Amino acid sequence: MEDLLIKIEKRNDVPTTLYFFTPFIAIILTIIGGGIIFYTLGFNPIEALKFYFITPISNLYGFSELLLKATPLCLIAIGLSFCFKSNNWNIGAEGQLTFGAIVGGGVALLFYNQEGFYILPLIIIGGAIGGMIFALIPAILKTYFNTNEILVSLMLVYVSKLILDYLVVGPWSNPEGFNFPETRQFSDSARMPLLFEGLRIHAGIFISLAAVFVSWFVLYKTYLGFQIKVSGLSLKTAKYAGFKGKTMILIVFMISGACAGMAGVGEITGPIGQLHRMISPDYGFTAIIVAFLGRLNPFGIIFASLVVSLTYLGAETAQIFLQIPQYTGQVFQGMILFFLLASDYLLFFKIKFQNFNKNELRH
Amino acid sequence: MSLDISFIGVLIGSIMASSVPLILAASGELITERSGVLNLGVEGMMIIGAIAGFALMVITDNLFIAIIGSMLSGVIISLIFGFLTQSLLTNHVATGLALTIFGIGLSAMIGKNFVGIPGKDFPILFSSLRESIPFFGPILFGHSIVLYFAFALPFLTNYFLKKTKLGLVVRAVGDSPVSASNQGINVILVRYCCILYGGGMCGLAGAYLSLIYTPQWIENMTAGRGWIALALVVFATWSPIKVLIGAIIFGGISILQLHMQAVGFRIPVQFLIALPYLMTIIVLVVISRDSRKIKLNTPTSLGRIFYKEK
Repeated sequence: MEDLLIKIEKRNDVPTTLYFFTPFIAIILTIIGGGIIFYTLGFNPIEALKFYFITPISNLYGFSELLLKATPLCLIAIGLSFCFKSNNWNIGAEGQLTFGAIVGGGVALLFYNQEGFYILPLIIIGGAIGGMIFALIPAILKTYFNTNEILVSLMLVYVSKLILDYLVVGPWSNPEGFNFPETRQFSDSARMPLLFEGLRIHAGIFISLAAVFVSWFVLYKTYLGFQIKVSGLSLKTAKYAGFKGKTMILIVFMISGACAGMAGVGEITGPIGQLHRMISPDYGFTAIIVAFLGRLNPFGIIFASLVVSLTYLGAETAQIFLQIPQYTGQVFQGMILFFLLASDYLLFFKIKFQNFNKNELRH
Repeated sequence: MSLDISFIGVLIGSIMASSVPLILAASGELITERSGVLNLGVEGMMIIGAIAGFALMVITDNLFIAIIGSMLSGVIISLIFGFLTQSLLTNHVATGLALTIFGIGLSAMIGKNFVGIPGKDFPILFSSLRESIPFFGPILFGHSIVLYFAFALPFLTNYFLKKTKLGLVVRAVGDSPVSASNQGINVILVRYCCILYGGGMCGLAGAYLSLIYTPQWIENMTAGRGWIALALVVFATWSPIKVLIGAIIFGGISILQLHMQAVGFRIPVQFLIALPYLMTIIVLVVISRDSRKIKLNTPTSLGRIFYKEK
């Protein structure tokens, strides 16, 4: 008699091809899962998926929107990849984005009635510094007080959102704004230049692309990148090699915070043009999915940011054509991460199917 | 501002009501974390419980089924988290975040047809005593059964963890999964149970919001309470009784800011709303700087993946 035996073995080394292939498996499974959900809600799944994934990017405007939303996602995820690679769990990018936007927005409001080429660079620097300061809080608490950075960075998200809320309702609210919770419109010099007439895609995309190349260079070609990777693989080895652990934690958090802060500035000086309560549809949290889906690899992150950006756009399109809430985007984002994490099982374990004869054992 | 004694009684009653979802969710998450699992999906499980409870109430017109169903929905959604983290050994933080994102999205999708439907009156107990006794009446009586359960839960949880054998097993698994496993305890099974229990309690916390506290369905109606519950577990340094105290403080702050807004108080309300998060960070710093204190208070293996070679 023959039995099919499934044996699970731990792998010693992860094959690179599989490592970069599983994100695609996750995306395919998410599309199938989305189809099933649409079907149970009473929609034709093929048609609904077409509205979701094809219609939004079937014209030039849609393609520009895709890049517009991918811009902050990519930039934040690049920053997060430094943290995650070195085993620092910064999950408060949303807060760093918000605080970056507050500082950058503050600079923009200082110059609200002025024009000049220097204004936009000042705003961007302000945003980077703001994000950096906010990311330094969990980093300093981690290095000097041994606190858990996951919890601190998460708590600070709400603190920064409340600071923003306070500012746009109170001291920074537009004096001619009939008490709406928003600031003045920024001056033209404080806005990201648009790349094409009539499309919303703006120069912020170059910051994201620059971040991709710089991060690739730092992570793969410098000593700092080497330190980050070693610490991520084994803290003990890093200590043994004499790396300055504390300094490195501060540096990766600062990089991550600066990226998130600049992403926040990109939003307020790009499509929004002022500060108000809702400056980000949780880009800081979604970027965590982007970082994972892109395998913490700079070029993988570009691809992942486009995929996740499409889930935002698809949700908007589905809301218009299928009358379903925009929150469905989050169903897809959650599923992508679920399936990605689940398929990682294949990386660390080998599943062997063996046919063997029970009688053979008796010999 | 009139501060007569009966007003204070009503105020305390409303603070208690607002702390119920925090107590339920945090008590559930506390058991999960005590077993060494960090589930950041509290917000997602709560919102799923909220829509499941409300939808079942509308469909079956039976509040009992709605409450039980909301707990079951929390259990089912937490099973995704359990399967991924325990059987497929995925990262707790990422999986929990995915659960929250997924839960908020799914609840809005299901809840599409339930927006604008009025809720039902949830039966309250001892309503006659509430009116007849001054001050203590509104504090002690005239609440739903879920509130009484919530206020008993921290004591039950404390008893469970400290006095029962199963409670000891949960703590052992959280503090040292390897030794527990060597003692013949099925670590994965214990953690599964704790995750599912946490899911059930979060589901109930959600149902309290959509069936009792503000009886209706609104998209994203948990409004960050799941994150506050998560903060609360840390704030309470993983102790059930302190969860109760913390929930009353955090719930009190949320009620107080409404009243202060009404009378035009000078402190910005945003500062008050931010207080729970700031206080949690301070508590974290205080317990973390001393390595002995953190060992005493935190489940040692919190958030770490346990894998047993078969």
